Amino acid sequence: MAKIVVITSGKGGVGKTTSSAAISMGLALRGHKTVVIDFDIGLRNLDIIMNCERRVVFDFVNVIQQEASLNQALIKDKRCDNLYILPASQTRDKDALTKEGVKKVLDDLAEQFDYIVCDSPAGIEQGAQMALYYADEAIVVTNPEVSSVRDSDRILGILQSKSFRAENNQPPVREHLLITRFDPERVARGDMLDVPDIEEILAIPLLGIIPESQAVLNASNKGMPVVLDEKSDAGQAYLDTVARFLGEDKPHRFLEAQRKGFLKRVFGG
Amino acid sequence: MSIFDLFRDNSKTPKSAHVAKERLKVIVAHERHQRNAPDYLPALQRDIMDVIRKYVDIGPEQLQVDINEEGNYSILEVNVNLPK
Repeated sequence: MAKIVVITSGKGGVGKTTSSAAISMGLALRGHKTVVIDFDIGLRNLDIIMNCERRVVFDFVNVIQQEASLNQALIKDKRCDNLYILPASQTRDKDALTKEGVKKVLDDLAEQFDYIVCDSPAGIEQGAQMALYYADEAIVVTNPEVSSVRDSDRILGILQSKSFRAENNQPPVREHLLITRFDPERVARGDMLDVPDIEEILAIPLLGIIPESQAVLNASNKGMPVVLDEKSDAGQAYLDTVARFLGEDKPHRFLEAQRKGFLKRVFGG
Repeated sequence: MSIFDLFRDNSKTPKSAHVAKERLKVIVAHERHQRNAPDYLPALQRDIMDVIRKYVDIGPEQLQVDINEEGNYSILEVNVNLPK
C-alpha cells in the first residue's frame, strides 16, 4: 500500500520544497520507490530544486486533463533510481486541480510507488487543500517564529476537518512536526522560540529539527537535495528525520550552540 | 554575550522568545475556539448586534458572543457592554 505524505505549512518560505526534495530523496536512498509531486500550480519550483527544470515536457495538469500519460510526465531522478518527480504546470492556475482528477493520478501512482510525497503550495486555498486532501501522513514544516507557528496551527485545523480522512470518518491524518531554520545560538540568547515551546503550542509529535545552515542554500544553488550533502548538518538532520519517519529511534542533534573561542566570548559577535 | 553586555541592564525586559510564546498561546487558543464554533455563530452575532443597535448604539468590540461546550449541552454566552 502506497503512503501519501503531504509536506505543508500554511506560511510560505519556511522550507516546504527544500524539505520535500530532501525527504523524498531520503526515502528513495533508503530503497523505497518514491514520487514527489509539485502541487504549486502556476509557480513550480520543485523542478529547479531537484535539478530537472530542463527535462520538464509534460506536467501534473497535463496528466489530470489526459493530455499526457503519467509515464510521459514522470521525470526519473538521475542520482537515484527509486526517485521520480511529477512537476507542476507553469501556465495553468490552481483551479486545474480537482478532487477527482487528483484522486485518479494518486491511484495510478499508488500502483507503482511506496511513497507519494506531495509538496504543498503556501496558503490555505485550493492548491494547499488539494495537496493535503488525500494524505495519510502530514509533515508540518514550521520555523521558530510567531507567524509560522500560527499558520501551522491553521493547517492542522484544516487537516483535522477538511481532509478526505476527516470528511469520511476514517482514522485521522498522522501529523508530524518538522522544525526548520532552527538557530541554537539565538535560542540560547532568548531571541528564538525553543523546540519545547513550539511542541507545547502545536501539540503534535516532533519528527525532526533542521538547523539553520549554509548547506541548504548551497544545495538549492546546485539543484541538489540537501541530503546528498552528507557531511552537512542540515543533510544529516534530514537523513535522521527520514529514519525517524520510517520508525527508527534517533536522538535529535544540532541543538547546542557552538562553543565560541576566547576572543569571541570576550568581544562578542 | 560579551563583556559589553554586562553593562546593559537586561533583567527587566523579558526575552523576546518568551513574549512570542505567550502571544502565540493566546492567539492559537482563540483561533482553535473559533474553528470549533458552529458555522452560524458569525451570522447570529450580526443579528444580535442589529437588534441591540435598534435601541443602543454599540460598536462591534462591545458585543461578545461565545458558545461553550459543557458535557452534553452547550451554553450560548452573550456579553454586551453598554455605554454609560
